[in-house]
Amino acid sequence: MTDFVLFDEEFQQIKEVIGRLKADAQAKVVFIVDKNGQQIAAQGDLESLDTTSLASLTAGNVAATDGLAKLIGEKEFPVLFHEGEKDNVYISIVGQRVILVIIFDERSSLGLVRLRVRKATQDLERIFDAIQRKVEEEKERRHEGVDSPFAEITDEDIDSLFRE
Amino acid sequence: MTFINYAAREINCKIVYYGPGLCGKTTNLQYIYDRTNPAAKGKLISLATETDRTLFFDFLPLDLGTVRGFKTRFHLYTVPGQVFYDASRKLILKGVDGVVFVADSQEARMDANVESLQNLEKNLHEHGFDLATIPYVLQLNKRDLPTAVAADEMYRQLNFKGEPTFEATAPTGVGVFDTLKAVAKQVLMELRKK
Repeated sequence: MTDFVLFDEEFQQIKEVIGRLKADAQAKVVFIVDKNGQQIAAQGDLESLDTTSLASLTAGNVAATDGLAKLIGEKEFPVLFHEGEKDNVYISIVGQRVILVIIFDERSSLGLVRLRVRKATQDLERIFDAIQRKVEEEKERRHEGVDSPFAEITDEDIDSLFRE
Repeated sequence: MTFINYAAREINCKIVYYGPGLCGKTTNLQYIYDRTNPAAKGKLISLATETDRTLFFDFLPLDLGTVRGFKTRFHLYTVPGQVFYDASRKLILKGVDGVVFVADSQEARMDANVESLQNLEKNLHEHGFDLATIPYVLQLNKRDLPTAVAADEMYRQLNFKGEPTFEATAPTGVGVFDTLKAVAKQVLMELRKK
């Protein structure tokens, strides 16, 4: 199975897209998580937010909903929306691979969020396609004998992680 | 599926604790959480029923330190052990990098151990993984109980491929960190091959 790799160039592009989305949708927080629960990037008021937990719970939520979809014969439910008293969460799947999460309050609306997400999704799909291509190219290079930066991890390196 | 983040210089790995109901998966995570320096851990999240049975998963993010300039972050998950939660169990194995099988040493639970191990093998297969090749550690838990089956007998019945095996008593922490270290080590070794 191919690992998911994120390079600095694409990371900056992703941050730019979700930063713009946050402003355009008048959202509080926008973040991107991979389907396994790893946070990829975030923008907004993150101080009071445990983004690691948020990422893992979002992925769990999407995985459970995906399971539900398959049970009733749907491919997936590409959008999930949770409405709260003050804050709302809008979750959308991008390119069947990553999850876009938008947290917003009464300063925005579901309609506006939905509209802005549509545009941002196209940009994000392009970036994630580019990442995928890059990972494939890297793999090719490895076959040609160019070493991964992790090829030189020694037993000593690993043991040192566990020293008290 | 390891997530290598060159931008943040982080390696993120996912480890899943598997095993039959009430074998001590959550207790393992709870002990690790209690004994880890606050700076190196996130919140322990438990999606449990009112009677404290795992309903969906427990989750504990852990920073182990730096290897070759990359921060190593491990996300530990447990699955719900009860047989009828199989659909949820399957979901949690998605993208897993390493598995710990927690076996219950009580004689009455031996069949449940074997059944759960077979279930693990099947569910890994459905995600395209193979128990024979994935980083994997066996933990024989509840060694302190009087009804515990002899360790070599358990080894014979449950050891799948000669994987590292540890005797444990999770509530007091015996074997808990040894198990975690062994699986984390295998996951990082795997990275070296890629």
